[in-house]
Amino acid sequence: MTLQTEKRTVLTVITESAIEKNLLRDLKQMGVRGYTIVDARGQGSRGVRTAAMDESANIRIEVICTRAMAEKVLEDFLARYYDNFAMVAYLQDVEIIRPHKF
Amino acid sequence: MIDAVILFFLLGLAGGLVRSELKLPPSLYEALTVFLLLSIGLKGGEGLAKQALVPLLPQLGAVMVLGVLQTLIAFGLLRLAGRLGRADAASMAAHYGSVSVATFAVGANWLVTRNIEFEPQLAIFLAVMEVPAIMVGIVLVRGVSKETNWRALGHETLLGKGVTLLLGGMAIGWAAGPEGLAPLKPFFYDLFKGALALFMLEMGLIVSRQTDELRQRGVLLVSFGVLMPLLSGLLGLGCGLLLNLSVGGMTLLATLAASASYIAVPATMRLAVPEANPSLSLAAVLGVTFPFNILVGIPVYHWLAMQLAGVTP
Repeated sequence: MTLQTEKRTVLTVITESAIEKNLLRDLKQMGVRGYTIVDARGQGSRGVRTAAMDESANIRIEVICTRAMAEKVLEDFLARYYDNFAMVAYLQDVEIIRPHKF
Repeated sequence: MIDAVILFFLLGLAGGLVRSELKLPPSLYEALTVFLLLSIGLKGGEGLAKQALVPLLPQLGAVMVLGVLQTLIAFGLLRLAGRLGRADAASMAAHYGSVSVATFAVGANWLVTRNIEFEPQLAIFLAVMEVPAIMVGIVLVRGVSKETNWRALGHETLLGKGVTLLLGGMAIGWAAGPEGLAPLKPFFYDLFKGALALFMLEMGLIVSRQTDELRQRGVLLVSFGVLMPLLSGLLGLGCGLLLNLSVGGMTLLATLAASASYIAVPATMRLAVPEANPSLSLAAVLGVTFPFNILVGIPVYHWLAMQLAGVTP
């Protein structure tokens, strides 16, 4: 038996935990139905983010949605947050089951 | 006599500077913050239960004005002498107009260790002095524009973790009174110093991480990070004298005024003034002002308070 899958896109955003609330509000407003957040650590152009205290904590948000929705969100984040916040975001194609959820 | 909590701070600092493996779990640091805020609140609330609250209102007004004044002075200094851009200067000024719970805890501990009494309302001063500087800082960058979401910012600053725990603890301490609090004392009062010591170990580690930024902008950050608390400390002493506080109260108000925020203000400024460089303010506050206040500042403010009150040691 072959599994019935459909294509969707994962939007991954790695950014400062300081703006978590704002991003979640934006996602909701744009119609995203679900997301996953984990605490993250790492190093980049903004220095080492050790997560030792709130000011240096990062989060990683993942959203599975349609390609169109993912691009809309990414464009919005690019315009609003890329200049002033540590943020990396990218898209990946994935295959999912239960397409009505995404 | 050097306080043991300071030695814990120095251990954390040294451990961080030599890049040892020393590390506390982030959740412990969070838990200690909650403990210290509640403990300070409870003690303040217990003290307040013994006195009338209405005469306190003008005092609260006075310390709020003090916070606003400090922010404006810091902004002027950073713009003119420091040649910082508007956003950076306003953001850093807000840090220095606001207050630090950790510095307050060390100051209170310093006084308690020496059996010097201070007024219970100092804990309320701690809560109300956090907010005005944030508002002034934002106005200095944005003006009073419609774009600023004051409701969201008000919510963020007034109902942030720090102010909520502090005022909440105070309300509990006030409502429960000394008898109600008695069963909690072994936990919240007796363990205070131990918790503060562990907290200071982590503070030492956090401070040791500010060295990179200090190396780059050292002259500005170090000179401002030392001069501003001295200036604010003097203003705090003046305000304390005006409010007729005891020597301990004046010392602690000066310590509060001299301290600079490193939790509430950075988080709020990051959202309200995102174009300001957050590492600049944090390096000055944590790398210079915090260690300066706990190592040198507090004894100096106490000595000055005694001179002002005409008390000889």
